[in-house]
Amino acid sequence: MSALLEVSGVTVTFDGFRAINDLSFEIGPAELRAVIGPNGAGKTTFMDIVTGKTKPDTGRVLWGEESRSLLRMSEAEIARAGVGRKFQRPTVFEDQSVFDNLLLALRKNRSPFGVLFYRRSAEDKARVEALAAEIGLADQLGRLAAELSHGQKQWLEIGMLLAQEPRLLLVDEPAAGMTPAEREHTTDLLVQAAKTRAVVVVEHDMEFVRRLDCKVTVLHEGRVLAEGSLDHVTRNQEVIDVYLGR
Amino acid sequence: MQRSFIARNPSVLVFLAALALFTILVTILAEGAGAGVISTSFVKTLGKTLCLCLVAVAMDLVWGYCGILSLGHFAFFGLGGYMIGMWLMYARTEEIVLSANAGAALPMTPQELSDGIAAQIFGVVGGSELPWVWSFAHSLPLQLMLILLLPGLIALVFGWLAFRSRVAGVYLSILTQAMTLALSLWLFQNDSGLRGNNGLSGLQNIPGLAEVPQATLSLWFLWASAFALGGFYLLAAWVVSGKFGSVIRAIRDDEARVRFLGYSVEGYKLFVFTLTAMIAGIAGALYYPQAGIVNPAEIAPIASIYLAVWVAIGGRGRLWGAVLGAAAVSLVSSWFTSGQVPAVPLGFYTVEWTDWWLVLLGFGFVAVTLFAPNGLAGLVERIFIRGAK
Repeated sequence: MSALLEVSGVTVTFDGFRAINDLSFEIGPAELRAVIGPNGAGKTTFMDIVTGKTKPDTGRVLWGEESRSLLRMSEAEIARAGVGRKFQRPTVFEDQSVFDNLLLALRKNRSPFGVLFYRRSAEDKARVEALAAEIGLADQLGRLAAELSHGQKQWLEIGMLLAQEPRLLLVDEPAAGMTPAEREHTTDLLVQAAKTRAVVVVEHDMEFVRRLDCKVTVLHEGRVLAEGSLDHVTRNQEVIDVYLGR
Repeated sequence: MQRSFIARNPSVLVFLAALALFTILVTILAEGAGAGVISTSFVKTLGKTLCLCLVAVAMDLVWGYCGILSLGHFAFFGLGGYMIGMWLMYARTEEIVLSANAGAALPMTPQELSDGIAAQIFGVVGGSELPWVWSFAHSLPLQLMLILLLPGLIALVFGWLAFRSRVAGVYLSILTQAMTLALSLWLFQNDSGLRGNNGLSGLQNIPGLAEVPQATLSLWFLWASAFALGGFYLLAAWVVSGKFGSVIRAIRDDEARVRFLGYSVEGYKLFVFTLTAMIAGIAGALYYPQAGIVNPAEIAPIASIYLAVWVAIGGRGRLWGAVLGAAAVSLVSSWFTSGQVPAVPLGFYTVEWTDWWLVLLGFGFVAVTLFAPNGLAGLVERIFIRGAK
């Protein structure tokens, strides 16, 4: 099985501080992966590199069967190539309805002229409604996103990511600030999504990671410290020293 | 399937009806049509106001919807005026030169004619040759195209450079101010080829229509202005009502997020910036023949700031709010600065409104920002539409 995303030997320095230090990471086309690590381990910077927000000093980031380099592409091009990203803080367009938020994300022609002459088909409407049902917002389609609860906004954002039909989903702390019931729903959504695509979840919360029941990558000081099942990495002495033992 | 655009946006129809009613009423009451209640100069003021409303619609599109606070759109407005002004002045001067030569034995050669026109136009700045920028001035179709092309091209190049470098927010506003300042300073120079601080004048005289009285001409321009406002209002409403509007409002609210959705934010900004610059050019081309003169002072940085103030007072993000703001503030402004408002004697000091109007406008702006963040349109909505919702 060839990797969908292959990051190798990547280093990023901010004002002399090495945020990412010779990092290598690989994920297959339909895989769920949790990335954990203490604050400052480079989790967010890692996502910034993959999505094109930050350009690394050295290293390679290769994508897909043809191993295209993501380093020469803009954020929008990377997103169109099939990388979706969910931020820690829910970022939905509060001024617009749930329906419009989902429609905006739907995988369609994204050029200004294409969008200008876009007419919504019955098919697109059905697709948006199906997505809303999946994230549990079927009866909220007409509401403004600003009126949703925190958990609902998180789901809407996940729904928008699914609407993009990405091949790789990067999710930053999806369970932050959620109630136990909302966490369970979020876990289901992510596990379900990972059946057909690669999903990388960055998370602090060990309990949430345990529930995802997947391979875990531990980051520390900008490089991979350990990789394997959660039980495997939690037995690793280095991991205990830098992270769990504190 | 979606319902038709008008059915989803009944307010557009209401606006167009109100605009048509206004135009008909002014026409009936105007001097040119017989009733004579409204003077020709006031018809011109109303026609000019419609043009200001049109440029305000463009400003609302670029700022209220797309979040680009451009403080340079009045430069495009002025350029539109200059482009039509060049033809008006050239063709009119050509008529004068030809009629002055009518009694001569030999007809003028093209070179003599061109020299005669140049001497007439550029005498005030000590020139006697037509500068290269006047190359197309003899042709109405070419100058009409330039009304669209010149502001569009400048906006395209400027926007491409600025947006590609991710210049946004207040830095972009400063950059647009610099652009309009540079343009006006260049125009102020006598050797810019556009008559320096004299600007282009006599634009109210339309070549070939010397026998048509100004009272009638003023109505024609009122109708043209109303037609342009109605048409572009419809276009703007259509642009913002669909998915395109959804994308540009999303860019206004969270640009980075839109990028991660796969939209090229720069492309959208460039599209809106250029489109609105072209609309501003058209508005200017209709405005200055009614004003009679266009000079570099019109493009001064403050003019573009006023434009932003009109839209802010009227209500950003609502097209009819921008129209309301531009109409109300510019009409009240011309009333206060006309000297017709009685001064207020305070005993120790007399408040002359021509001096104090700007202070009043400043207070108005502060009051709107504090008490009605959605502008006059927001107030109207709160009073009339809240019940219906």
